[in-house]
Amino acid sequence: MPEDTQEVGNAGRFEQVILPHLDAAYNLARWLVRNQQDAQDIVQESYLRAFKFFSGFQGGDSRAWLLKIVRNTSYTFLEKNRPASLAEEFDEKVHATEAGGPDAESEMVRGVESRMLREALDALPVNFREILILRELEGMSYKEIAELVNVPMGTVMSSLARGRERLREILVHAREKEGSRGH
Amino acid sequence: MATDPYTPLLHAYLDSELDLVRSLELEEHMKSCPDCAQEIWTQQTLRQGLRSGNLYHRAPAGLEARIRASLPLENKVIEMPRRNFWNWVAVAAAIVVALVLTWRMLPSFLGRSQTDLLAQEVVSSHIRSLQPGHLMDVESTDQHTVKPWFNGKLDFSPPVKDFAEDGFPLKGGRLDYIDHRPAAALVYQRQKHFINVYVWPESEARDRPARLESAQGYNIAFWERGGMYFCAVSDLNTGELQQFAQLLQQ
Repeated sequence: MPEDTQEVGNAGRFEQVILPHLDAAYNLARWLVRNQQDAQDIVQESYLRAFKFFSGFQGGDSRAWLLKIVRNTSYTFLEKNRPASLAEEFDEKVHATEAGGPDAESEMVRGVESRMLREALDALPVNFREILILRELEGMSYKEIAELVNVPMGTVMSSLARGRERLREILVHAREKEGSRGH
Repeated sequence: MATDPYTPLLHAYLDSELDLVRSLELEEHMKSCPDCAQEIWTQQTLRQGLRSGNLYHRAPAGLEARIRASLPLENKVIEMPRRNFWNWVAVAAAIVVALVLTWRMLPSFLGRSQTDLLAQEVVSSHIRSLQPGHLMDVESTDQHTVKPWFNGKLDFSPPVKDFAEDGFPLKGGRLDYIDHRPAAALVYQRQKHFINVYVWPESEARDRPARLESAQGYNIAFWERGGMYFCAVSDLNTGELQQFAQLLQQ
């Protein structure tokens, strides 16, 4: 009997503490696997796992706790179904820019549309993409990201710097392409 | 391109992760290095795009029900009825939904929806409040100072709680006027961002979870709870604003 009540209490707590992070869970999975249906399956599986391990949750940041499970589930999915996407390298040649200096680049980044940003983020290698998503869309600190992704804080900092640089290069390149098509 | 040894530091500076000494050092360096100053400007522009564009993927409708159904939780979503009688109920419900939708969408045929107008109104109020000297009538991080301050100024008592431990300290409050009635405005801060929370009583007591909107680059969360209407506005990103809205709803 006491076990039953404990389980009911746990289920109630799970609903209050973990279920509200559904959007964050879906957002991360969706950006990692870049597909709506797969992301939904991954989130559902993550929630099943989270429920199973919930008794081991010691309190603290429940969003980070859930996102860690979502991240692991997403990577397992990618390894199994799309190993190539984990090995994606940034093609320096494709994205090399010959635009006229930093001023011109700033102008190009200005007023960029959501659609282009979305495509540019999707084109980034997964390790840069995930850190940018956690930082800019989830508003996580370097420390939180370091714990979630399991890398030193210095790596978070350098990955953000490189990820943002590459994102800009992709955008500048995309704009040039659109521009040349227009003429 | 920014001067090499400074590049990663620029990003830490941009993310408010640099200690004071190095922040000052970098600011000093930027005065004499137009490349670094330019880089910061570019990255800030890029960040604005990332945060204000609709890049956040919210969970699609139905996913929560699917998850709830797969877990041994207490509040399951009612399964879809199959019997004949229920078919009629479904038809009736569909008619009601259609009527309600028509009624709800009517304002958007005439102009814009009520929510849009409300979003516009709170964003304007938020911007106005950030002008010098407009933000707070009562300045205090103590909820027991801010809450009683509203006594006698409003015909309701807004719930006031400090969330300093969660990184959203209470800064104060003021009186405001939203949706044709006086409202309490509570001011919170997240790092360098201010959050205005508008609270006013609702005629019908119903609880509704937070939904998010954005207008003019600001994010807005609306929810209803315990007979009160809540509306949080900020230039914070969607994730943080959502986290904050959840704290307030607990």
